[in-house]
Amino acid sequence: FFQYCLSGHPTLPCNVLKFKSTTIMLDCGLDMTSTLNFLPLPLVQSPRLAKLPGWVLKDGSTFLDKELKECSGHVFVDSVPEFCLPETELLDLSTVDVILISNYHCMMALPYITEYTGFTGTVYATEPTVQIGRLLMEELVNSIERVPKAQSASMWKNKEVQRLLPAPLKDAVEVSMWRKCYSMPEVNAALSKIQLVGYSQKIELFGAVQVTPLSSGYALGSSNWIIQSHYEKVSYVSGSSLLTTHPQPMDQASLKNSDVLILTGLTQIPTANPDGMVGEFCSNLAMTVRNGGNVLVPCYPSGVIYDLLECLYQYIDSAGLSNVPFYFISPVANSSLEFSQIFAEWLCHNKQTKVYLPEPPFPHAELIQTNKLKHYPSIHGDFSNDFKQPCVVFTGHPSLRFGDVVHFMELWGKSSLNTVIFTEPDFSYLDALAPYQPLAMKCVYCPIDTRLNFIQVSKLLKEVQPLHVVCPEQYSQPPPTQCHRTDLMVDCQPPAMSYRRAEVLALPYKRRYEKIEIMPDLADSLVPLEIKPGISLATVSAVLHTKDNKHVLQLPPKPPQAPASKKRKRVSDDVPECKSLKPLLSGSIPVDQFVQTLEKHGFSDVKVEDTAKGHIVLLQEAETLIQLEEDSTHIICDNDEPLRVKLRDLVLKFLQKF
Amino acid sequence: VFCCCAGAGQDVGRSCILVSIAGKNVMLDCGMHMGYNDDRRFPDFSYITQNGRLTDFLDCVIISHFHLDHCGALPYFSEMVGYDGPIYMTHPTKAICPILLEDYRKITVDKKGETNFFTSQMIKDCMKKVVAVHLHQTVQVDEELEIKAYYAGHVLGAAMFQIKVGCESVVYTGDYNMTPDRHLGAAWIDKCRPDLLISESTYATTIRDSKRCRERDFLKKVHETVERGGKVLIPVFALGRAQELCILLETFWERMNLKAPIYFSTGLTEKANHYYKLFITWTNQKIRKTFVQRNMFEFKHIKAFDRAFADNPGPMVVFATPGMLHAGQSLQIFRKWAGNEKNMVIMPGYCVQGTVGHKILSGQRKLEMEGRQILEVKMQVEYMSFSAHADAKGIMQLIRQAEPRNVLLVHGEAKKMEFLKQKIEQEFHVSCYMPANGETTTILTNPCIPVDISLGLLKRETAIGPLPDAKKPKLMHGTLLMKDNSFRLVSPEQALKELGLAEHQLRFTCRVHIQEPRKEHEAVLRVYNHLKGVLKDYSVQHLPDGSITVESILIQVTAHSEDQGTKVLLVSWTYQDEELGSYLTSLLKKGLPQSTP
Repeated sequence: FFQYCLSGHPTLPCNVLKFKSTTIMLDCGLDMTSTLNFLPLPLVQSPRLAKLPGWVLKDGSTFLDKELKECSGHVFVDSVPEFCLPETELLDLSTVDVILISNYHCMMALPYITEYTGFTGTVYATEPTVQIGRLLMEELVNSIERVPKAQSASMWKNKEVQRLLPAPLKDAVEVSMWRKCYSMPEVNAALSKIQLVGYSQKIELFGAVQVTPLSSGYALGSSNWIIQSHYEKVSYVSGSSLLTTHPQPMDQASLKNSDVLILTGLTQIPTANPDGMVGEFCSNLAMTVRNGGNVLVPCYPSGVIYDLLECLYQYIDSAGLSNVPFYFISPVANSSLEFSQIFAEWLCHNKQTKVYLPEPPFPHAELIQTNKLKHYPSIHGDFSNDFKQPCVVFTGHPSLRFGDVVHFMELWGKSSLNTVIFTEPDFSYLDALAPYQPLAMKCVYCPIDTRLNFIQVSKLLKEVQPLHVVCPEQYSQPPPTQCHRTDLMVDCQPPAMSYRRAEVLALPYKRRYEKIEIMPDLADSLVPLEIKPGISLATVSAVLHTKDNKHVLQLPPKPPQAPASKKRKRVSDDVPECKSLKPLLSGSIPVDQFVQTLEKHGFSDVKVEDTAKGHIVLLQEAETLIQLEEDSTHIICDNDEPLRVKLRDLVLKFLQKF
Repeated sequence: VFCCCAGAGQDVGRSCILVSIAGKNVMLDCGMHMGYNDDRRFPDFSYITQNGRLTDFLDCVIISHFHLDHCGALPYFSEMVGYDGPIYMTHPTKAICPILLEDYRKITVDKKGETNFFTSQMIKDCMKKVVAVHLHQTVQVDEELEIKAYYAGHVLGAAMFQIKVGCESVVYTGDYNMTPDRHLGAAWIDKCRPDLLISESTYATTIRDSKRCRERDFLKKVHETVERGGKVLIPVFALGRAQELCILLETFWERMNLKAPIYFSTGLTEKANHYYKLFITWTNQKIRKTFVQRNMFEFKHIKAFDRAFADNPGPMVVFATPGMLHAGQSLQIFRKWAGNEKNMVIMPGYCVQGTVGHKILSGQRKLEMEGRQILEVKMQVEYMSFSAHADAKGIMQLIRQAEPRNVLLVHGEAKKMEFLKQKIEQEFHVSCYMPANGETTTILTNPCIPVDISLGLLKRETAIGPLPDAKKPKLMHGTLLMKDNSFRLVSPEQALKELGLAEHQLRFTCRVHIQEPRKEHEAVLRVYNHLKGVLKDYSVQHLPDGSITVESILIQVTAHSEDQGTKVLLVSWTYQDEELGSYLTSLLKKGLPQSTP
């Protein structure tokens, strides 16, 4: 049992598990923090970005000034943004049999894996994961493709050159592996390899392994996975939440009795309380709007935005914001809002009850109906006609490097009346803002990360009691900026085994049993014997059939009756074919009863002598002696086969066979 | 497996089947009979328990879909007879079922004034006992009993259920449809090889012509009637075929640019369509794919019906509930329109015996209504099978998919079942049953017994043999330990160890006398060579101390104390080597070959 760790990002994991004879990839996360090193892609020509000076080395050489631009002391790559892929060299990814996806954020690298590694297997994910994952990918592709950039920088990636660059570019890992975004045909090809599954559905892999998705409570359709055979159970916990938001609650009970629990996707902001953050979000939003400013919320098109809209639905009337327009701008805004309403079965109980009425589960349906929330595919077209300020805009991408958000940053950045509120926890807001500096706009950081925090983790681990815990190295020590906070790490006994990018971990594991089926006719032929009260046993001699990793025991075939041969057989023909399998024996032989039995069977001259360890029984006429000891019997006789067989069978009557 | 029909045995309506599998009792559906208005409308539950409590007897109840002939008796069963155990159904069924029950209750109690019927509160209490299941989710009812739902296509949320205990299993299809239609997909099941498949057989003998023809025919008839100014009544159930036909008419009206109004009766209309919008994941691929752009359940041409509209002049099309003309609005409109030969009634589904629908379909044109009134039917009566049931071809197809060991037919008419039964037995060579209500069918299963085998034993056995050929079956020997219902197959050594027992060694030593005049060490060599020559596949060794081993059998050669020309061979082996030991003695007894090669 091995785990290959292909991603160093703890919330965007990509691990490969070798379990029994199967190779299972767990999640396919794409690390997009690499894009923070690039200049934003503006939808409309931005004079400010165009005028940024090229970067000049200390020695005055300017050969990089086309590729690198400087902005307020930071250096950015002026090129199409690139992503940091999971490790592809650690093992041959064409050998991966299946990919299990836990939630839509953790499948963004899927096209790179399924389309470029020779992968021929199946991907398993729930329906909401696939549908919303598709929307996220569509938005990503769309926002990069609609701003064609002629230049593609690569000189800076040269190892010798990279060494000379300022941080963080200097320290960026595996830059040669960074890749441009995939295209829609690749997305469609990748998604066509997905097979839809439901919670608690048992999926058999090659007869050897069973995988089951369980509700993880984090997002629509998000799941943890159980990977098990009859005797081994690995739980893969990725992106789980115990807070009551919109998704179905987390299924904890099914994680019990795991031999190994792989723990990934914990909260990225362990010190923030999501509820408090939502409150702060609302009050900052209200304050800005009241002062006549605009609010920009960089966000993903699905997920937390549903909860934010629900909060605002309850909040806007009481805060006097009824006339403020809310805009949701994304190429997939409409789809996202529509899709959210049709996944009743994947929602929390309250929302399910609403569907039974039947009413739409999310109140944003009403916000749209009453024209308070409007959605547009982009800033072009209808939006420019309807656009009224002050307003609130939800749009992507949270990295502030591409998407419609770039336009609003440029548009509103100069005024201190406006506010940008960061709610997505995936990107450092300071890094995200760096290419927009100097900025007059107010910045508020209200990261809402509903995933498990360390207190919840230790409670969970106490509850489900796994034998071993495996987690990314980031979780096995306090965060580097808060070394004294030993409460901000996974605490369990035995201590968690940690992994890092490009590492192979041997999972502690000992299998002792396997499932086998006994065919009914064989079962009928067994003769159980009660050895001790409540314990019976039967010796089994059977034929083992193994097919598709399933073992079956069948009645051994009757030995074919030797045909009366015309030719006299040679001696050597009679050599016993296979090593016959005689059972082990156990028990002891009470000498008195044994002698009685001998006498009953016609031995009249039985003599018994005592020895140090037992007895010797003599059959004088037959010149045979039988040594009886506690744990052994030795029959010594002349070559008189009928006699020997008779004695053997008498002895066996006293012993139990195993 | 025992199976007993409390309803739907050689009959359509009142589905209620009791299955007993490996000691677990499961009730499949709990329907009412549309053809009766007395005690016979509900299944006879006293029959199940013989006065015991239902909750104690039944491990769970499964409802396949929301049609009243499958769930209509549920509140009566759970609240009036008394059952507190779990009731399983899919999410859409759970959402829609209480609405239809309430509707049914209103018609029975409020309109017909019956008493001793379940109340609104009872419906609510009953629904609290319902556990919703996902498609393909394995629901663990208890430690041993698990159920799993498959898509059945028949109506929104319809499911087939697999019931499994250990390696015994039963599949109950409920009502299903094997061909995708305008709004639902086709039923699907994997090759789960159940011991018993309980299938509906409403259309056991029908092999329907292509759906396209039927649709064209339907549209033509509606169109013609409307053109000549007639009114078309289409009795439907609020959910199901109604939506299918609405989509059909909607697209037709749009294409032909027709102006005659289409109405949908009862307040259920909008609500019903709303369920389809919210549970769009249960509809077919095409609708699911396009719903963001255009939701097929938002109709432009179909308006809500008001009772007063029935008397409006001019053509119109009205969908009215219920579907078998046995009560309610459809019956009212029917009475109003029946006298005019310009009008038409189209029955798009099956009608149970005893209903007005069944009567007019069987050609009756003078109907005795309440109060001895005679209603003469002059309007045209058309029957068009739009029910989403599998036809004979579909049923055979499902059997092919699931590969059951036995088939049991329910929810159909005896004569038709008989025909299908023969066909199934002929084609699949499996037993097929068609019990009447109250009859119990017993099906013997031959379950395998799963046991735990120690990996050591399994690996050891697979390693034996010169070339470990994984495909070739191998003989193995082990000990089955049975303790508190757990079965473990281990090596004999481990069994002894676990039980704290010592091995008893049984050893034989045989003296074999042979004529051999040569010296002792030469004799040894001759014996050695002889054995080596005969036992080619065995390890024969000549040890330094002068003894010979064949595998673990020890042979010592000594001279006879009295006769130098005779040598005594002591052959010693343990019971485990019994066969080889016995063979060796008889081989040696024959003496050595005359000349050494």
